[in-house]
Amino acid sequence: MQWILNFLTSSIGKKFVMSFTGLFLISFLIIHLIGNLQLLYSDGGEAFNKYAYFMTSNPLIKTVSIGLYTGILLHAFLGLAIYFKNKKSKGKKYAVSTSANASFAAKQMALLGTLILAFILIHMGDFWFKMKFTDQIIPVDYDGMQVKDLYAQVSTTFSKPFFVGIYILGMIALAFHLWHGFQSAFQTLGLNHKKYTPIIQGLGKIFSILVPAAFALIPILMYLNR
Amino acid sequence: MTTLDAKIPKGTLEDKWVNYRSKMNLVAPNNKRRIEIIVVGTGLAGASAAATLGELGYKVKAFTFHDSPRRAHSIAAQGGINAAKNYQNDGDSIYRLFYDTIKGGDYRSREANVHRLAEASVSIIDQAVAQGVPFAREYGGLLANRSFGGVQVSRTFYARGQTGQQLLLGAYSSLSRQISTGSVTMYNRHEMVDLVKVDGKARGIIARNLLTGELERHAAHCVVLATGGYGNVFYLSTNAMGSNVTAAWKSVKRGALMANPCFTQIHPTCIPVSGDYQSKLTLMSESLRNDGRVWVPKKKEDSIAIREGKKTALDIKEEDRDYYLERRYPAFGNLVPRDVASRAAKVECDKGHGVSPTGLAVFLDFSSAIERYGKAEAYSMGISDSISAAKITELGKKVVEAKYGNLFQMYDKITGEDPYVFPMKIYPAVHYTMGGVWVDYNLETNVPGLFVLGEANFSDHGANRLGASALMQGLADGYFVIPYTIGQFLSNEIRTPSITTDSEAFAEAESSTRDKIKRLIDIKGNQSVESFHRRLGKIMWEYCGMSRNADGLKKGRSMIRALREEFYKDVFVPGTAEEFNPELEKAIRVADFLELGEVMMLDALNRNESCGGHFREEYATAEGEALRRDEEYAYVAAWEWDETEPILHKEDLTFENVELKTRSYK
Amino acid sequence: MQLKLKVWRQKNAKTNGEFQTYSVTASEHMSFLEMLDVLNEELISKKEDPIAFEHDCREGICGTCNLVIDGRPHGPMQGTTTCQLHMRSFKDGDTIVIEPWRAEAFPIIKDLVVDRSAFDRIIQSGGYISVNTGQAMDGNAIPVEKDLAIKAFDAATCIGCGACVAACPNGSAMLFTAAKVSHLGLLPQGKVEHTKRTRSMVDQMDKEGFGNCSNVGACEVECPKEISIENIARMNRSYVAAVFGSDE
Repeated sequence: MQWILNFLTSSIGKKFVMSFTGLFLISFLIIHLIGNLQLLYSDGGEAFNKYAYFMTSNPLIKTVSIGLYTGILLHAFLGLAIYFKNKKSKGKKYAVSTSANASFAAKQMALLGTLILAFILIHMGDFWFKMKFTDQIIPVDYDGMQVKDLYAQVSTTFSKPFFVGIYILGMIALAFHLWHGFQSAFQTLGLNHKKYTPIIQGLGKIFSILVPAAFALIPILMYLNR
Repeated sequence: MTTLDAKIPKGTLEDKWVNYRSKMNLVAPNNKRRIEIIVVGTGLAGASAAATLGELGYKVKAFTFHDSPRRAHSIAAQGGINAAKNYQNDGDSIYRLFYDTIKGGDYRSREANVHRLAEASVSIIDQAVAQGVPFAREYGGLLANRSFGGVQVSRTFYARGQTGQQLLLGAYSSLSRQISTGSVTMYNRHEMVDLVKVDGKARGIIARNLLTGELERHAAHCVVLATGGYGNVFYLSTNAMGSNVTAAWKSVKRGALMANPCFTQIHPTCIPVSGDYQSKLTLMSESLRNDGRVWVPKKKEDSIAIREGKKTALDIKEEDRDYYLERRYPAFGNLVPRDVASRAAKVECDKGHGVSPTGLAVFLDFSSAIERYGKAEAYSMGISDSISAAKITELGKKVVEAKYGNLFQMYDKITGEDPYVFPMKIYPAVHYTMGGVWVDYNLETNVPGLFVLGEANFSDHGANRLGASALMQGLADGYFVIPYTIGQFLSNEIRTPSITTDSEAFAEAESSTRDKIKRLIDIKGNQSVESFHRRLGKIMWEYCGMSRNADGLKKGRSMIRALREEFYKDVFVPGTAEEFNPELEKAIRVADFLELGEVMMLDALNRNESCGGHFREEYATAEGEALRRDEEYAYVAAWEWDETEPILHKEDLTFENVELKTRSYK
Repeated sequence: MQLKLKVWRQKNAKTNGEFQTYSVTASEHMSFLEMLDVLNEELISKKEDPIAFEHDCREGICGTCNLVIDGRPHGPMQGTTTCQLHMRSFKDGDTIVIEPWRAEAFPIIKDLVVDRSAFDRIIQSGGYISVNTGQAMDGNAIPVEKDLAIKAFDAATCIGCGACVAACPNGSAMLFTAAKVSHLGLLPQGKVEHTKRTRSMVDQMDKEGFGNCSNVGACEVECPKEISIENIARMNRSYVAAVFGSDE
């Protein structure tokens, strides 16, 4: 089994893991966004709360979520490990820095990723942790069904301009991260083709603007409608 | 003077090599493992030789002064490589390639060598393809060919304008494979600075480690030099900046002979000199003359106006242009051989018709080709009736771009002028040296155990080399000649134990080299190495360049001697000998050029005839064409170095298969 | 034209380097290296140590020259080596910063000269087709599809200058390695060893201490031969196929 370890520690193997976890997280973003959009229903949070309950209680989802946490951690820590390895490989930096040969996003993936990780920690601490491990979130009753009123917690958070700001900044970081990361994941997997790569790149750009924008829209709208 | 024996095997021309090869002495595999060979230089000849000898099982040590074997100047060859494959079914054959090469060389090369070269040419292509050299191909997937100057068949294989690069990378990959198996030990950034002879045989070299300055002794059973040509004696040439004669020259100073050093090829289509700071000249491939027309203004006042920037080529009316090659050589026109085209350009510029600010340039004009191709394109598109002149030009440019795009781009980068609009300005420049260290049929010099391959030897091109033949010779020598012929020497050495570097000969070579380097460092004069090299180049170009005469050569020789004296009094070499010191490297090389230059003058003075690249003004026909004197000069002039008066040795050239004729391109 | 040059000077690998400033008078027709020649001649005439920089063919094919000019390997012009860069790309009064290739795998030898022998070792690890001299069959025995031959050629144009590594913020040698893997792997005669070659070349590349590719793409932009990162993708898939598809 040494070969698996060899592969995973090789430069290309590490990148493969980055690519796979990245694509997995991208697919999660879509699911997460669809759920979150329920915050915008004007039903006092019922749909969202039921969705949140389903997500935290369904055994299948629970299993998948373990994969998700692993994915996030792998992606983050391997990413940082690669960053430090690359910093060492580069050695001294040039006195003149140039933007002529690469985009900001491509060069700053590690910085952007770290920002996103910090954002995730704040985000999960505020909602996920409180919901799962504390009793701070008071349950509501929907036709006899007792679910925690996460919606109320969300509304409270998004009534504070400071948190809205953090969410917007987090999504800007995510947008830049995806701007490079989306198409980069395909390139790493070896999926580069004269005809299809431009399509992937186009899709990636649309995705990296639309999805974070939609995420960011939620706190903004909730703040405005508070 | 002695008469040299080339050791050409008996038999008919066609059978000589085959029979000789079959009866040659061999070295058994168990002995090969013990026998060491030093190969100096890793260009086409050196890399292919080192790789092949390694494959055969010899212990090879390869040396290059570059940081990697892949940098050798073979890499810059553009046009292609000839081979008598007859894939085009146009009547090519080994004999025809042999004949073209002998004739192109103006009957100053050995029949047997050239025939062997033509035989090997066929295998070179196979070998290169097997190594993964991406030659140009037709849509059917088979190899493509193109034509080159001086021949009537299409036998040139090519890889865009980068044939040399691709062939060198092929040889480099084979060499790398042998390095990885341990049969070749590679010494990068090592320059050979002396040859070591033990009991009269070449047994090693002194190499300078260019990173540390340390002098190292390396011993072997024999030494193979593949160190390229000496064109940089002219300072300005198409050679790389580092190309030098040192390894070959040090061998000459240890007893090898310099053969036909005056045979230098001046390539007609190079980008002209633009200023005093110029460090090198850039070649524009010969293939451009397929479509470009060479001209100068008929009226001197037009030329002057162009030089002063008051007019451009576009202001000169058609009837005021002199397409002098087409006028003088109607049969071959713009495709006359290199030596003829070069001299003709010089004649026009000397008459005052030159077109660059220095007056040393002629036009190479693609406007008729652009128009011709444009019309043909329009016709094939079915729009030739309604088309505007501008559209024709646009279509034509596209065709020209597809054929020569990378060359046009290179010209644009260097000159800043768009060659699609303004005709190129070109002038001849030193490109290749046919002369080199004298070798016999085995590629062995008169020093036993010293072999010389590729451009560094003199053997195959006579007085003028045909286009696309240099790559062929380098690879033939390395892949298909030396691996056999070296056995003739080594089969007698199987009882010789590993050569020690502790001998008196190594000690003497090392200490004399050390003294020479110290002498250079200690001069502490006031002039840079570069400035001496430039001055040497000017003398060489002026008196031993495209045309030569006895008075000039005598004058040139004495000027070089004076310059050499001044060099040893006033050169300034910064730094020390015990460090990475590029200026010292240059100084060592220039010191050798300063001696070689003198022998070139002497050789040109001795050769009272005009042939190929050697044009003596005294020996010209009434129409100004070269006048060869076969009765007196059908010999190889091989020079033994002597500080006061180099000594001439001769090898008579006998022609049993071809009739000596005057080349005519009229 | 009058120029100010800020040039990295470093006596050897062991010492620390620093920038030194020089003034030089150049002509716009000069090549960049000829401008440095002029400066060096001046330094020599003042008995100072000339700037060490590497160069050889000066026509853009040998891959020896290697300067980072104003933060860009081979300077501002696309598809151009340092030796082909001419001073007409600069303006009178410009300050030009000249640095050596920067990467841990390319240690500095002196001033602007670096050691690129890691590239040779990558090639030695498998960048060849194992065919001995004399073993070859006829050149036309295997037809090669023209488009494939062109693709292989595009990858084969690599001059081994190292601009890809120098441009890469990660100091990665993926473009160099991938160009050779692609060149040989695309051709039928190179297919036989493709799997083994890809693995050993990537392994050697990692061993040399080059960084990991993060698809920044600066290599492709700065490559003087404009070699595409499509080759990197090809090598990625070959490598994975080699690891998962072989017995070893």
